[in-house]
Amino acid sequence: MDFILAGFIEAFQLLLGGDGETWSAVTATIKASTGSMAVSLVLGVPLGFVLGYFDFPAKRQTRLVVDTALALPTVFIGLMVYAFISNRGPLGGMGLLFTISGIAIGQTFLALPVVIALSATAVESMDRHLKMLLISLGASRRELLFSSLWEVRYGVLAAGLTAYGRVMTEVGISMMVGGNIKWHTRTITTAIALETGKGMFSTGIALGVVLLVIAFGVNVCLSFLRSK
Amino acid sequence: MKKKIVVNGVLLLAIILVLTLPTFATEKAVMMATTTSTDNTGLLDYLAPHFTKATGIDLKWTSVGTGKALKMGENCDVDVLLVHAPPAEKAYVENGFGINRREIMYNDFVIIGPERDPAGIKGKDVVTALDAIRDKGTVFASRGDDSGTNKKEISLWKATGKAVPEREKWYVQSGQGMLSTINIAAERNGYTMTDRGTYIKYADNMNGNPPLKVLVEGDKILLNQYSVLTINPERCKKAKIDQATAFSDWMAGDDAQGLIKDFKLLGKPLFVPNAK
Repeated sequence: MDFILAGFIEAFQLLLGGDGETWSAVTATIKASTGSMAVSLVLGVPLGFVLGYFDFPAKRQTRLVVDTALALPTVFIGLMVYAFISNRGPLGGMGLLFTISGIAIGQTFLALPVVIALSATAVESMDRHLKMLLISLGASRRELLFSSLWEVRYGVLAAGLTAYGRVMTEVGISMMVGGNIKWHTRTITTAIALETGKGMFSTGIALGVVLLVIAFGVNVCLSFLRSK
Repeated sequence: MKKKIVVNGVLLLAIILVLTLPTFATEKAVMMATTTSTDNTGLLDYLAPHFTKATGIDLKWTSVGTGKALKMGENCDVDVLLVHAPPAEKAYVENGFGINRREIMYNDFVIIGPERDPAGIKGKDVVTALDAIRDKGTVFASRGDDSGTNKKEISLWKATGKAVPEREKWYVQSGQGMLSTINIAAERNGYTMTDRGTYIKYADNMNGNPPLKVLVEGDKILLNQYSVLTINPERCKKAKIDQATAFSDWMAGDDAQGLIKDFKLLGKPLFVPNAK
């Protein structure tokens, strides 16, 4: 069992020693997850707000669809995206297979439902008295909308963080769409899968620790944003 | 306060944009689908820099089972294949999916198991050994993933003249790569069949003292031939046929054949070059 301890020691050697392969995987992970998160937030937050704030026909049914999409398995998303962007697929001409962009597209399908659903929940659970208060203070519809948006910022932040967690740690999409290509699309999670496949458990553990260190960094940055 | 967050947000977006800008790949590259054994043993990590140095072409590969590798070629998603399932490869060429099948190297399959050998297969021929494992009901880990190794293993069960095991309690189908499957066999104190290259890599991981030992080897039907196939450019217009051919030529050439011969772990060669 000494490979567990060896793994933790190796993690710091990999990070501090500037190991090229590790840093290449770190960059690939950050690029793919940042791309997918950017798209998911830009599309998902407004959609989530609309879903939570306004009343419209078929609202409950829409909510049901979004909530079901929370359970999308990553390997299934990976397979579907592969089928579409394979050279024999409908989007084959775009050269997206085995690229970071391809992974980011897949991860967007993973993150988008999380952002929409959690943003909507944040809006729904907003203090109802606040709305009353604002109206009684004579706020216009527009002002009401903007102050509601401002009120739910922490909920949206939590939605983003949850989605980010899923995106960073998924392996199905990266493996199927990215192909785990060394120096190109090998992410931290696919590298862990490979190292485990090679029987190099301690390196696998080390890479897992590396992933957690990055997640910690992201959370530290966001907590500053929050405290301001 | 609001302003500050807006500024932060804009900054963040700018960083995101820079990070996600497509990196324009100008260098020449060839995309290969290959089997887990060539990747897990470290052979490709060892060969790739030599290939790039000799030809100026970047070698990218994705390692999957031979079944999936062939499928990726059929879908025109890769340019070249390095696989090990001769009957499937020949059918593949006949169906017009691939061209120019070239034998590059071989090693052999071995049946490995715990040292105390509960089914008593040590030194037996393949058919007798598999019959003994079946009769005793000792755990046997199978890849179960339609890889080249899996195809070979199924053909060996067929050679015993009885049905290929499927739902038997002792027959564990891992659906994973070779080293993971060996680890499963080791954890369950069972047998498995592996290519010798991966076994040596496994022994090397275990510091030369693996719990599973080679028990059956040297039978003629255990030969494991690796070949390179180029994707048929008439079906796949976008395939980088020149680069793929360059790889095929290089692998069959003296340089690569010499490198393969020198690729050793624990002082043992993992593959024997045999390009014609």
